Amino acid sequence: MPAVTGSARSEDARLPLERLVAHPGRQLSCYVHVPFCATRCGYCDFNTYTASQLPGMQVGEYVAAALTEIELARQTLGAGAPALSTVFFGGGTPTMASDQQLAVVLAALRERFGLAPGAEVSLEANPETLDESRLEALLAAGFTRLSLGMQSADEQVLATLDRHHTPGRALQVARWAHAAGFTDVSLDLIYGTPGESMASWQASLEAAVSVDPEHVSAYSLIVEPGTAMARKVRRGELPAPDDDDQADKYLLAERLLDAAGLGNYEISNWARPGHEARHNLAYWHSDDWWGIGPGAHSHLDGVRWWNVKHPMRYATMLSRRRLPVEGHELLDAATRHEERVLLELRLRDGLPLAELDETERARMSPQLDRGLVVEHDGRFRLTVAGRLLADAVTRDVLG
Amino acid sequence: MSAAPGATDPATIRNFSIIAHIDHGKSTLADRMLQLTGVVNAREMRAQYLDKMDIERERGITIKSQAVRMPWTHDGRGYVLNMIDTPGHVDFTYEVSRSLEACEGAVLLVDAAQGIEAQTLANLYLALDADLTIIPVLNKIDLPSAQPEKFAAEIASIIGCQPADVLQVSAKTGAGVPELLDAVVAQVPAPTGDAQAPARALIFDSVYDIYRGVVTYVRVVDGELSTRDRIRMMSTGAAHEVLEMGVHSPEPVVCAGLGVGEVGYLITGVKDVRQSRVGDTVTLATRPSAQPLAGYKQPKPMVFAGVYPIDSVDFPQLREALEKLQLNDAALVYEPETSGALGFGFRIGFLGLLHMEIVQERLEREFGLDLISTAPSVNYRVVMEDGSQHRVTNPSEFPEGKIDTVFEPVVRTNILCPAEFIGAVMELCQGRRGEQLGLDYLSEDRVEMRYRLPLGEIVFDFFDALKSRTKGYASLDYEEDGEQPSDMVKVDILLNGEPVDAFSAIVHREKAFGYGSEMASRLRKLIPRQQFEVPIQAAIGARIIARETIRAVRKDVLAKCYGGDISRKRKLLEKQKQGKKRMKMVGRVEVPQEAFVAALTTSEGAEKS
Repeated sequence: MPAVTGSARSEDARLPLERLVAHPGRQLSCYVHVPFCATRCGYCDFNTYTASQLPGMQVGEYVAAALTEIELARQTLGAGAPALSTVFFGGGTPTMASDQQLAVVLAALRERFGLAPGAEVSLEANPETLDESRLEALLAAGFTRLSLGMQSADEQVLATLDRHHTPGRALQVARWAHAAGFTDVSLDLIYGTPGESMASWQASLEAAVSVDPEHVSAYSLIVEPGTAMARKVRRGELPAPDDDDQADKYLLAERLLDAAGLGNYEISNWARPGHEARHNLAYWHSDDWWGIGPGAHSHLDGVRWWNVKHPMRYATMLSRRRLPVEGHELLDAATRHEERVLLELRLRDGLPLAELDETERARMSPQLDRGLVVEHDGRFRLTVAGRLLADAVTRDVLG
Repeated sequence: MSAAPGATDPATIRNFSIIAHIDHGKSTLADRMLQLTGVVNAREMRAQYLDKMDIERERGITIKSQAVRMPWTHDGRGYVLNMIDTPGHVDFTYEVSRSLEACEGAVLLVDAAQGIEAQTLANLYLALDADLTIIPVLNKIDLPSAQPEKFAAEIASIIGCQPADVLQVSAKTGAGVPELLDAVVAQVPAPTGDAQAPARALIFDSVYDIYRGVVTYVRVVDGELSTRDRIRMMSTGAAHEVLEMGVHSPEPVVCAGLGVGEVGYLITGVKDVRQSRVGDTVTLATRPSAQPLAGYKQPKPMVFAGVYPIDSVDFPQLREALEKLQLNDAALVYEPETSGALGFGFRIGFLGLLHMEIVQERLEREFGLDLISTAPSVNYRVVMEDGSQHRVTNPSEFPEGKIDTVFEPVVRTNILCPAEFIGAVMELCQGRRGEQLGLDYLSEDRVEMRYRLPLGEIVFDFFDALKSRTKGYASLDYEEDGEQPSDMVKVDILLNGEPVDAFSAIVHREKAFGYGSEMASRLRKLIPRQQFEVPIQAAIGARIIARETIRAVRKDVLAKCYGGDISRKRKLLEKQKQGKKRMKMVGRVEVPQEAFVAALTTSEGAEKS
């Protein structure tokens, strides 16, 4: 047992620091949450803040706090921590931080942990925050992959989503990114927004594939409770998204993206072969990752914890050199099994037969009969119809 | 007081009831009488003193009657007034008739702002049938909206007296109440009976008390009853020893015995009101009377419903609650019943709709149970082609095979309402297969309408429909009127081909489609989409008469599931799994219990209209 370093004390006394030991045999990833946005979008319930919501807090203070957390993380994990296989800067809008600030955080990760050979380093970005010169600077800083929030090519839909970029901007940035030398560009799309027609969704998909992205994520819009959009739906100002409409749009996405050479490898993700998002695959394979930043979640071999959500509190705790932990859970064998089933069934590669006990396998057989699941190479895999009903299949199998 | 209980000269006794509609001020008038006669002083007075149960006080109605002995001096002579309270509602006609049977007179109390109501009229007819002396009284004459002339004329025309004979009181202020008490003494005949004959006493009420067991209220007709006597119930032959006798004044006052014409209570230690039935005759075991008093009837349930706990773990509590209620309610009958949709519950028989409502409310309120009831049904007689007969009080008992005739119970109803609503009431009654028997003007703008209606048509929401069509002005009374052959069919509701027992109903053939399509469309809205298409069908036997379809769910997946979503996603899954365990399975279809509850409680009465 390595000793717990004196400087890394958790606010949450129950977090079992002694279990936070990186295992040399396991891969390690890092998520960096950047909690800033220029404006709030009505549908978004992420942990992010505009300048006016954080009076007196500069991005610089956040960066300083994040650097401290990186340092404490490294101390906590001890000498055996492997180099990082993947890094993902998400938000919020990570590009609200300057290229230099982003570079400093990435450099700190490289310095403290090291990056494994061929590591994937992703950056989430809103199209309006990027131009050609920033793209070059980010590439130089070591980012290897860009995930661009395109959402839609329809001006009306973007307005409903409170997105302020022009419909062509994301496509332009994708072209610039390729030109600058990025070989992994992903476009994020949202479908089923109130008012979006099938033709509009088709146009968005066609626009996205026209710039040859290596990767596309397409999410059905979820009206999250507590958001401005949820209030509008409740007041009847916006119609609620319709499941049947979203199902039709999902099938259209599958058809057009597949035809464009982007294969589905997770329910909402499509990629050219070899361009799957390895960072996200780490989540879905229950690998280990440390989440840096306010509200970020971490997982290490059955211990999951999450940071305090508010950036000021986050910074304050780290200024006292405390891990800014809000809470944690210890996953027992049954829970880890449940998570494996619910996560791995979502993947193209599916769930190994051996993960299921006899009862569960018996419950799988009606799903096979109904054509929601196929058995292939010792794994259960969802069919396209099964992907649309993944949660139901999971519930039925877990019983 | 001139006489102690047990030794009162019958010539000084006046036994009377007050006949009144809900809210016409009967309890307030009783309160004033208690004060004026000095049996309750102002300090002890609480509003509606005699209405013991909370439900009664809240709803302003009296379910259980009680008798109060009050002294009153008139023309220098002392009298004993026994005021016998009557239940004031439609389902308790029999109890009312027994209470009236114990009296020689009745105060007909009518709200001077509203006029006589159907209930009151029905009870008035009962009083006239029992040859009671009627003292007509208008109450609430202090109200600005009172119309004493108009309603005095109305009452006079109904009972055949002069408008000037109608007394005017304000129970609230006490004005006119002493004159009313004088009128009771002057006009109500003294009881007559043979003091030497074998004892006979009429049970007009019987109440369970957790400390004392059953308290039986009696009116002695002949002879005498005393403490320590061995008495016999003439309907059953059961004998008990009288442990205590007394009168209420209004608190209990123990006495040695009761003589001719007296009214009081007796306690024998029995624990169940069914052993001391209203209408039965009490006699002495040692010297029994040969002839019971006329008019005893066993209570007969008219309306039946399945009652289930919403949470199935409450079933034992429901059984216990029914056992306790039965101690105090001789008319309550029940037996266990199992429903595929609702689980374990009871089939309960009620005297009528109000009785059903009261029992359900007491079960929920006094015993803290959450209950769901099936649509009420009535008692059908089904005659098969082979001549065999079936009694059907539950749609599940409706026989298959060749049915010759179905007989349904019918009732004779009196509806009183302002004349402007005649059309609305006629339309409602015709829609319920009613046959008009007559229409009379009580005054220039109020009418009495008489209809013969199938009981099955009024057990479900008829009151509500009547009230809403007449802006709340109509009142209703009904009495049994035999049975009639009708083209009744059983409509089943099938979910994915499986019948859902809780929704089967016996309806008239002409209404089968309306019922079936209404239930099917209601269920379609309430049952969540499944992973496969689910037909909802209404059927008469094998013939489908209506159909709706719940389309298969096409999307059941959350799009996003990243690092920060996993715990939340897993907790959601666990919650959904818990929810799934609470689902009732109808074949392969998962139905949330709430859907059944909502389908049964939706207030729209579309099935019947």
